Amino acid sequence: MAQWLVNVDWLEIGRACWDTVLMVGVSLFFVVLLGLPLGIALFLTGKRQLLEQPLVYALLSFVVNLLRSVPFVILLIVMIPVTVVLVGTSLGVPGAIPPLVVGGAPLFARLVETALREVDRGIVEATQAMGATVPQIVFGALLPEALPGLIAGVTVTSITLVSYAAMSGVIGGGGLGDLAIRFGYQRFQTDVMVITVALLVVLVQLLQMLGDRLVLRFSRR
Amino acid sequence: MIEFDGVRKTYRVRGQEVLALDVERLTIERGEVFGIVGHSGAGKSTLLRLVNLLERPSQGRVVVEGEDVTRLAPAQLRAFRRRIGMIFQHFNLLSSKTVAENVAFPLKIAGTESKAAIAARVEELLALVGLSEHAGKYPAQLSGGQKQRVGIARALACRPSILLSDEATSALDPQTTRSVLQLLSDINRRLGLTIVLVTHEMDAVRRVCDRVAVMDGGRVVETGPVSEVFLHPQHPTTREFVLESEHVDTQEFQESLQQAAGRVVRLTFKGEATYRPLLGEVVRRFGVDFSILAGRIDHIKDVPYGQLTLSLVGGDVEEALRALAAAGVDVEVLR
Repeated sequence: MAQWLVNVDWLEIGRACWDTVLMVGVSLFFVVLLGLPLGIALFLTGKRQLLEQPLVYALLSFVVNLLRSVPFVILLIVMIPVTVVLVGTSLGVPGAIPPLVVGGAPLFARLVETALREVDRGIVEATQAMGATVPQIVFGALLPEALPGLIAGVTVTSITLVSYAAMSGVIGGGGLGDLAIRFGYQRFQTDVMVITVALLVVLVQLLQMLGDRLVLRFSRR
Repeated sequence: MIEFDGVRKTYRVRGQEVLALDVERLTIERGEVFGIVGHSGAGKSTLLRLVNLLERPSQGRVVVEGEDVTRLAPAQLRAFRRRIGMIFQHFNLLSSKTVAENVAFPLKIAGTESKAAIAARVEELLALVGLSEHAGKYPAQLSGGQKQRVGIARALACRPSILLSDEATSALDPQTTRSVLQLLSDINRRLGLTIVLVTHEMDAVRRVCDRVAVMDGGRVVETGPVSEVFLHPQHPTTREFVLESEHVDTQEFQESLQQAAGRVVRLTFKGEATYRPLLGEVVRRFGVDFSILAGRIDHIKDVPYGQLTLSLVGGDVEEALRALAAAGVDVEVLR
């Protein structure tokens, strides 16, 4: 066993783990910050919704679809100049965060839109009948009612971000993906590859379990 | 007072204009319980939603307490809606909020009262609907009837002058329906609130309403005091509803009429007359024999009534009918 894991530098692995968690955590924060309002805007301007605006909806929807259809590896490369302007470098943990946010926010926005559509229209109608403003309907009724769906959306997004973060190793992004590519792939250290992939599997399992628990905790139906 | 004046609502369905509602004139008086009855798709829910402008008429005016609601600016409309409570078939409670939070919600939206005032009002409302001990529960933990009581408490939170009820008892079992209707009736009496009650159950109308409008195909086909419409329905749709509520099989009834001998009459007793031994006195006096073909004794709101379909043979039938009419009984000769 010790023979087989001869190439594994546990300190390096530990640091890479932390880098991955950091990339996913920070980018998830910004993904929610941007994706939530975008998702609410998509929902509200949609067909037969409170602020129906076909043109605005078509535009937002087009941008979201556009970003979602670009393969993430391409997005990583295309984003390099923008990333340099935003965080000063395109390498390491900070360099990975802008493309992760741009890649994750449209996905989360769609999940928010779907979660809000799942809320019974009758609840919106009842809140309207109370004389509520649109912000009161959104924050007082829609978001609380959609909370379990939103949490599930955050879970799915965070897991996508784990795989995106690993991919960012291709352009020198840091974290477990970087380790897998530099040691596991380029130097044929299969043991490093196996360990990093196993850790990613564990991370995804943990995120899903945590997400499922939170969904259950906030479901009142 | 609510007035519908030349109200029409049209929808575009696949490029075609469809007229969903066409009400020339309808007035609902302050403080009454007004029923709107009709089959699904008759336009009754649309008509109800015009009152608080959840639906906007394509044409015409809706005047509520002197104000044309179609002309209100957005902020005025929101303030106006706070003066109108609404309850729904599927309750539409917020599943993420407790019973107390649901009832407090419209007060929070209005934003005019302090936290302490809201808490006090919520307590008072929950006591009114008999749910004080369930304040901390979530809607999913309640029965249908309890959920609708929460809906009623929530609708009354901002002390509205009008309560709109959209099929509020249609998802409830008969016993719960009765208790919820009783609650609405009490509220109408105690708070002097105008209630507009949309339903497809004539029985609900009979129990609580003062007046009723019957709708069919987007139009009001019959309107009047409940006892009038219920006991002497004119329009075929109304007749259908009344018979349905009495669980009469129309065909069977026709057959029994054919087999009956002599004169067939329908007698309607209302109020005091219901309890007097009128029929017995009259048939003895004029030597008439009778057999009962159909009958029902019940209440319309608080007024007792009886309706009997009889076949009369022998004796002086004409004189007997005249004597009954003179004693305040409605006599209709069917054959």
